[in-house]
Amino acid sequence: MNAPGMNAQSDYYYEASARERAQGLLDPGSFTEFMGPQSRCLSPHLAQFNLTGAFDDGIIIGAGLLQGMPVYVAAQEGRFMGGAFGELHGAKLVGLLRAAAAHKITAVLLALDTGGVRLQEANAGEMAISEVLRAIVAARRAGVAVIALVGGRAGAFGGGGIIAASCSRIIVSGHGRISVSGPEVIETNKGVEEFDSKDRGLVWRVTGGRSRALLGGADAYVADRISAFRDAALAQIPNAPPFTLESLQAEQARLSQRLAAYGTCRDATEIWRQAGLEPPAPVADLSEADYAGLSRLPEADHDAR
Amino acid sequence: MTRDELLTALFPAGCSIQPGGFGTLRGMAELPGTGRVEIIGIEAGTPLGIEGALILSGHVLDLVAAASRAPLLVLVDTAAQEMARREELLGLNEALAHLAKSLALAAETGMFTLGLLYGRAAAGAFIATALSTQMLVALPDAYPSVMDLPSIARVTKLKLETLEALAQTTPIFAPGLEPLFATGAIAEIWPPEALAARLAATLAAPPPRADTRDALGQARGGRKRAHDIAAQVMAQAAAHG
Repeated sequence: MNAPGMNAQSDYYYEASARERAQGLLDPGSFTEFMGPQSRCLSPHLAQFNLTGAFDDGIIIGAGLLQGMPVYVAAQEGRFMGGAFGELHGAKLVGLLRAAAAHKITAVLLALDTGGVRLQEANAGEMAISEVLRAIVAARRAGVAVIALVGGRAGAFGGGGIIAASCSRIIVSGHGRISVSGPEVIETNKGVEEFDSKDRGLVWRVTGGRSRALLGGADAYVADRISAFRDAALAQIPNAPPFTLESLQAEQARLSQRLAAYGTCRDATEIWRQAGLEPPAPVADLSEADYAGLSRLPEADHDAR
Repeated sequence: MTRDELLTALFPAGCSIQPGGFGTLRGMAELPGTGRVEIIGIEAGTPLGIEGALILSGHVLDLVAAASRAPLLVLVDTAAQEMARREELLGLNEALAHLAKSLALAAETGMFTLGLLYGRAAAGAFIATALSTQMLVALPDAYPSVMDLPSIARVTKLKLETLEALAQTTPIFAPGLEPLFATGAIAEIWPPEALAARLAATLAAPPPRADTRDALGQARGGRKRAHDIAAQVMAQAAAHG
């Protein structure tokens, strides 16, 4: 289903820019950008690496309406330095999340598209990620539903993967990948026999949105459409788990049980086989409709986040 | 400083510590004046994987469930996160986030969470342990990092010598205690001979209520604009209503 006023051409999430995602997720014409290009949020660190900055430092933030409901939105631009967290990029997100907690905004849509820390500003990026985590917790404690959306080319890697799992809910598409160490980093550190980053099928089975959703590492799976992410966010917001001891105890149990059940597995196919899930074809090759027909593992439906 | 030397210096009257597998530690101490101090930790430069993270988060959640009000000391000597295909397959991102969230919950429910970095900590393991406490202090020979310079050189396609020269002029990317101190990650560096006194003095004061590390980083010159930008966003959001 398309959002009102949107044509199918511009509805592909993967191909969209951060600004198109921010605008497209919200009610038409309702997006107000904070710290827009006129604020010249240009990284003060990139010039010493002979790199050209951007006036938004790779992230679009602002406020708008989602089916009439006031929400905040943040969208990382995966095509600018891999959507990585630099000092200003991170600070914009930190400020938005702090504002969401202060004003008890109903929800924040966090469109992650990031390789993690921007290495040219590694220390500031690391700090920003840590501050984002703390701000997400404060927002959730204030009752804000923080919804992670992962379906861009950079995925949610490094600290971005940790941020995703700190949100109330995670929505992925088949293009979305979530991980801490990227396959290339693991291959570089541990060898090609540990993780062959050129084996695309393996990479997608380990990190890809379809695998994450089947196992409960993501809470909803959508087709590659901005409108589909929007609809899923609308469905998830009223059911966002509260940030309580009970939620975290449930998460402790959930992750411990996953480890006990599948701790010896090294490929998603082994998990599916052990769980009695027999996909009719390799999961990556299934059509969206056939994939949607697969049963998720029983533990994938949870409020344990 | 070894773990035993550290514990002796922190707690001259003694403490009780048990290793818990995967490099984790759990224990407690009674401090004159302060009372009971709960202790968790990761030692010996052990990479933090799913098992280690869940052991530590389990301890933290047990303390929250028991309504503990004792301060929680988090001793950190880890490497980076465990880098393995199996870890990623099984959701290392969820386990690290879970540990970070558990520590945040402990702080929210009234525990003073104090991190003490006495060895290494890198990347995601640094975020999920040391950086997830309300206040982080470090020993002078601690070595926090995000990524080592050779890896940064490889990813950025810059010469290592270029990076080494740049690291002399800016704390923004270089590994080590001083650059991360400058960004506000580390509140204080404690001299080894004064650990017991510094611990008692720190725990006698209330924990920091909010996250002020960006202001600290700006004051120290390690971050140029993070605090101001976050404040400007909040002002624009408030004006938007």
